[in-house]
Amino acid sequence: MEAFVNQLPIGLSIGAVLLLIALGLTFTFGQMGVINMAHGEFIMAGAYTAFLLPGLFVPSLVVAFFVAGAMGLVLERLAIRHFYGRPLDTLLLTWGVSLVLQQLARDLFGAPNVQVKAPDWLAGGIGILPYNRLFIMGLAIASVVGVWLYLVRTKHGRRMRAVMQNRRLAATSGIDTGRVDMLTFFIGSGLAGIAGVALTLVGPVGPSLGTYYIVDAFLVVVAGGLGQLRGAVLAAAGLGLLNSYAEFWSDASLAKVIVFAAVIAFLQFRPQGLFTVRSRALS
Amino acid sequence: MLSVRDLESGYGRARVLFGVSLTVEPGELVCVMGRNGVGKTTLLDTVMGVLPVTSGTVTFDGRDITRLKPHERVRLGIAYVPQGHDTFPQLSVLGNLQVTLEASKGSPSALDEALDVFPALKPLLKRQAGYLSGGQQQQLAIARALVTRPRMLILDEPTEGIQPSIIIEIEEAIERLHGSGLSVLLVEQYVDIALRLADRFVILDAGRVVREGEARELRGEEVQHLLAV
Repeated sequence: MEAFVNQLPIGLSIGAVLLLIALGLTFTFGQMGVINMAHGEFIMAGAYTAFLLPGLFVPSLVVAFFVAGAMGLVLERLAIRHFYGRPLDTLLLTWGVSLVLQQLARDLFGAPNVQVKAPDWLAGGIGILPYNRLFIMGLAIASVVGVWLYLVRTKHGRRMRAVMQNRRLAATSGIDTGRVDMLTFFIGSGLAGIAGVALTLVGPVGPSLGTYYIVDAFLVVVAGGLGQLRGAVLAAAGLGLLNSYAEFWSDASLAKVIVFAAVIAFLQFRPQGLFTVRSRALS
Repeated sequence: MLSVRDLESGYGRARVLFGVSLTVEPGELVCVMGRNGVGKTTLLDTVMGVLPVTSGTVTFDGRDITRLKPHERVRLGIAYVPQGHDTFPQLSVLGNLQVTLEASKGSPSALDEALDVFPALKPLLKRQAGYLSGGQQQQLAIARALVTRPRMLILDEPTEGIQPSIIIEIEEAIERLHGSGLSVLLVEQYVDIALRLADRFVILDAGRVVREGEARELRGEEVQHLLAV
């Protein structure tokens, strides 16, 4: 029982990291339909940003958002936008970009993992809840709330939702869809950068950091329902917990098998994911 | 006002329009007619820039807009109401109007003017657009187009699949807008509606203009034959 309880914050904080990563993917994959394999490398870029700013943990969250966001924006402008509507080509293209970015990190920072020193105020904890894991959960919740407010309360957010819901109509209503895509990619990628900084609190940073999380993050988006914020939250928590408990009671490899099997089984019953859009226009 | 010359376009390798020419003078209502699948929607989509032009030109106010993006055409003063009462389903009715208003950088009074055209929308402002009836969605679609304060309105079968009571309201609204000096390009299948609204008509068949003339000529038997299914 004690082991069960001890594992809880670990599972939830993994879920929180997955949520931060999946949040960006709900935009770029869930709503724009772009399978961006390089999303994982934006996480890595965020983590190295924290590494390059020792002792500046909180500012590095902001810097990482802009660094990863800018990378996403450049990738969208230079490459991805020429491949809209061609998912397989996009997949190959971004996978290539992902490999290039990993090699670039190896050249810049070396192949071995590096350690980012967590700030002192995150040492310790309350009972079984370490501060660093609590902080990650708080960060994920704050990001979800921030994204939600942005989408619902701001002009740009509304424009973004309009493009996601009906791209053609948005264009013929006078919305510059190209600019909205650019901004969507910026925000989605920036969130991956924040996830990268969060990851430095729970483990070492290496060039292939992103590859460990990218597949799970895609699973979160699919299981939660494409483009659904609340679905992503629930699926991330579920997958994070399942991951950590499966890992605790078996081993890392078997845990992956269990998680994949669970997601496949779930999608047999609900291929559309936890939540879906329901309205006359789509029925 | 709007002039389309020798327009050719289609989907990928499938050509749909084979050299269509038509003009809409300022304040005029021109009705594009023809059977299903002759290229009416393709023509509007091409005029709006949703589909790329293979050859030919589109000019608006003497300016060549053939290569402009859809949103740039909207900013020049063309508004489009596509087929099938399209909305942004998860935005509220007000959100649908606001997002268009903000994109066109118009003044908030344009929103009130658009709602005055369809007062039935006023109690529904907070509702999600996806849950409205087809007729309400079509009214919203037209109101959304008007929010940009267009000088030219393009409508694709605005009465198709709509309950009869709302068809009348939509027809009257188009009549009033036309009466106030707005240029309109309207795709319509029904001769009786075209007769009531149009100044001139153009009939398409297999991607070509086969007949055009004054609205009253629509009564002629030869024209009826062209439109018969």
